[in-house]
Amino acid sequence: MVLGKGASSSLSRKMVDGAEDMVSNCNDFTVLVVDDDPVIRKLHDMHLKKFGLSAQVVENGKTAVDLCHFGATFNLILMDKEMPIMDGVEATKELRAMGVNSLIVGVTSRDSQYETQAFMEAGLDFCFEKPLTADKISFILQELNKKN
Amino acid sequence: MEVGQMQRRLVDYTKSLFMEGFLDGQFLQLQQLQDESNPDFVVEVVSLFFDDSEKLLNDLTMALDQPNVDFKKVDAHVHQLKGSSSSIGAQRVKNACIAFRNFCEEQNIEACLRCLQQVKQEYYLVKNKLETLFRLEQQIVAAGGSIPLMEMGL
Repeated sequence: MVLGKGASSSLSRKMVDGAEDMVSNCNDFTVLVVDDDPVIRKLHDMHLKKFGLSAQVVENGKTAVDLCHFGATFNLILMDKEMPIMDGVEATKELRAMGVNSLIVGVTSRDSQYETQAFMEAGLDFCFEKPLTADKISFILQELNKKN
Repeated sequence: MEVGQMQRRLVDYTKSLFMEGFLDGQFLQLQQLQDESNPDFVVEVVSLFFDDSEKLLNDLTMALDQPNVDFKKVDAHVHQLKGSSSSIGAQRVKNACIAFRNFCEEQNIEACLRCLQQVKQEYYLVKNKLETLFRLEQQIVAAGGSIPLMEMGL
């Protein structure tokens, strides 16, 4: 299935069929979206809604760390890299140091391989180029199902 | 104009936006996310993009107008604009941002000012095009028709 190559109704139907299994498995997953861009936050939130998930949405790494520090737990964290106050690399390091073992997926612009590497080394499970698309989310949810 | 004609006009107009590079496949992703329970999703996201971009363009104008330009700040704003424009499929704006970032790295003020002009131009162009697109859609819905699904051999 190659999305982005056409929006024909048969393609959409195919996606929904596959997604049904996904939804029945992951209705209880908790998700945190960390991104300073309101457009991306809304887009990722909607992608997740399509799979039956509702996400908590925050604007920067520090808020994400504070949330977890005060006891919130999430199965999945979508972490933007470049944010004010505390960026994705710092936030990921802090979360892992706190013992958070959620699936953490980094979301970056097309930066250098070196920077993506540094982001992965901070403790990500996966790193994708932004914005996330339906097939990337599908992949992430499959990994989440495997993990839980 | 009857509904069938309006629908054809919409399809042709949308296709032209893709052919001319104003929009790319990411815009189709947005349309695919829209459904009966979220019927205004595309308009909502694009409106958010307009608000966000106008703020960023203002911030960029101010930042480049300073006696000592903070290129890190300029780069951060361009980075955000690049991210949001690419997420709605505004390809030409995104490409203008990519060029802009290169000149930020070189700390070349003149080139940055030129890039800002270019980005502004592309932004206003795509804003205009998208507003026209939404108007065409509204006309169809008002006439009792439905928005045709895009079939693109991209």
